[in-house]
Amino acid sequence: MWRWLHPYAKPEATYRLNQKLLPWFAVPGILLLVIGMVWALLFAPADYQQGESYRIIFVHVPAAFWSMGFYMGMAIAALSAVVWQIRTAEWAILAIAPIGAVLTFISLFTGAVWGKPMWGTWWEWDARLTAQLILFFLYLGVLALYAAFEDERTGAKAAGILTLIGTVNIPIIHYSVYWWNTLHQQSTISKAITRLEKPSMAPEMLWPLVVCIFAFMLVASALVLLRLNNEILKREVRRPWAQAELLEEKH
Amino acid sequence: MQFDSFSSFIAMGGYGMYVWSSMLVTFIGLGALAIEAKWVRRTLKREAQAQQARAQRIQRAKRASTQ
Amino acid sequence: MTPAVSIRTHMKALIQRDLRVAMRQRSDLLNPIIFLLVVVTLFPLGVGPEMNMLARIAPGVIWVSALLSALLGLERLFRDDFRDGALEQMLLMPLAVEWAVLAKIAVHWLLTAVPLLVLAPLLALLLNLPGEAWGALWLSLLLGTPVLSSIGAVGVALTVSLNKGGALLSLLLLPLLIPLLIFATAAVETAANGLSPAGPLALMGAITVLAVVLSPYAVHAALRVSVN
Repeated sequence: MWRWLHPYAKPEATYRLNQKLLPWFAVPGILLLVIGMVWALLFAPADYQQGESYRIIFVHVPAAFWSMGFYMGMAIAALSAVVWQIRTAEWAILAIAPIGAVLTFISLFTGAVWGKPMWGTWWEWDARLTAQLILFFLYLGVLALYAAFEDERTGAKAAGILTLIGTVNIPIIHYSVYWWNTLHQQSTISKAITRLEKPSMAPEMLWPLVVCIFAFMLVASALVLLRLNNEILKREVRRPWAQAELLEEKH
Repeated sequence: MQFDSFSSFIAMGGYGMYVWSSMLVTFIGLGALAIEAKWVRRTLKREAQAQQARAQRIQRAKRASTQ
Repeated sequence: MTPAVSIRTHMKALIQRDLRVAMRQRSDLLNPIIFLLVVVTLFPLGVGPEMNMLARIAPGVIWVSALLSALLGLERLFRDDFRDGALEQMLLMPLAVEWAVLAKIAVHWLLTAVPLLVLAPLLALLLNLPGEAWGALWLSLLLGTPVLSSIGAVGVALTVSLNKGGALLSLLLLPLLIPLLIFATAAVETAANGLSPAGPLALMGAITVLAVVLSPYAVHAALRVSVN
């Protein structure tokens, strides 16, 4: 059943597959991103309560959504790296981690900027914001652990184990943070905002949001493919196939 | 179209600063990742070129010494 | 094939050895506890000596200080054994490595948590924690410290081969310990408000069981990476 996957443990095969897949992610990704942003910024109606400020949602939600999604992708790569010792999977961890960290940062920044006009404060210890901040720390931990090792193979393996430990912990952290937030409900503003978001979105707002979520997935995946191929070439730069691949490029 | 003029589009109903700074940070973040990937690829290409040049030099030197 | 020596004898020998080694460096054991006392003393000086406020922040202060002081002495868990090669021996023992790891965690817990448990009433006294909450504080420390030792062991196992592990260790471990902090302080706070702390304490118990059962496996995997 898994035999078809086996060749992709070979770096060259993975590289070729990634090169083939790249345009299928990058082109529709950028296209959808442009469509989604134009739709979101120009055509979606203003929110009757939040006015135009709610348009931040069209970058905030996709970034937050995929910051978690890409952690799960990183966890799958880490599992393959730790259990089956697949080297390409180790490099995939390193390819995904910075992208996940940037997505988490984007969601935190846009969340804070959205909070200022809505809640009157840049930072609210809202459960979702807090959980996101902890996710950011987890990403930073993985990157820092990898960077601390001189031997990059050891570093990648250690980062993989840490990723898996984080995966076990994420549900516990989420649950505890939400629980903690309901325990300390002094802030009425934060309650107001969660109540405000409860009613389902109007379709003319929901559709551009769906487009943006898809676009972020495609663009971020294209970035993962680019970075993964760079990681592969970094290790294989002395091999003939990698030399040929790098030298035949035009620009 | 929700906005009747370009200036009202920029103003975003008074929230322009918040909306546009969010967009800016988002696209700087994603753009930086893409540019970094391009840079790494370029350094790798230079490395490959340097290696190729070195291999050719060695071959030339070998040929010269056998003659 | 039955092993010549049982798991219990192995564990006992390991625990005795670790205790003996630790007793040779008593300052290593005392320093985190003194650090904890000093940090707790700093808070009234920093935020003012008003008794009501101290009582309100006491659970958080005691627990955050306990976390920080636990990080301080954590490296000792595997560092010396890594340097003198005893760790490699441990990985080669005719005993599942997980048991040996569990023995080390148990020793670490005995050496760091027991002094903390003895000291807890003094800390509660210094910060004017209401009398009703003392029991909850003590129980939360009793349930929480095994988590500190076992999750800490994973972090140390990952970073033991690095020379500059200290700050990195905190970056790795503190996010993972957040649930513990949340439930522990919640237990003490609910008790201080005159309510039953059973709920948060039960959740802490679940975390403790999970951490103690799973972490030896993670430590084993991490040590195999660190000890090449």
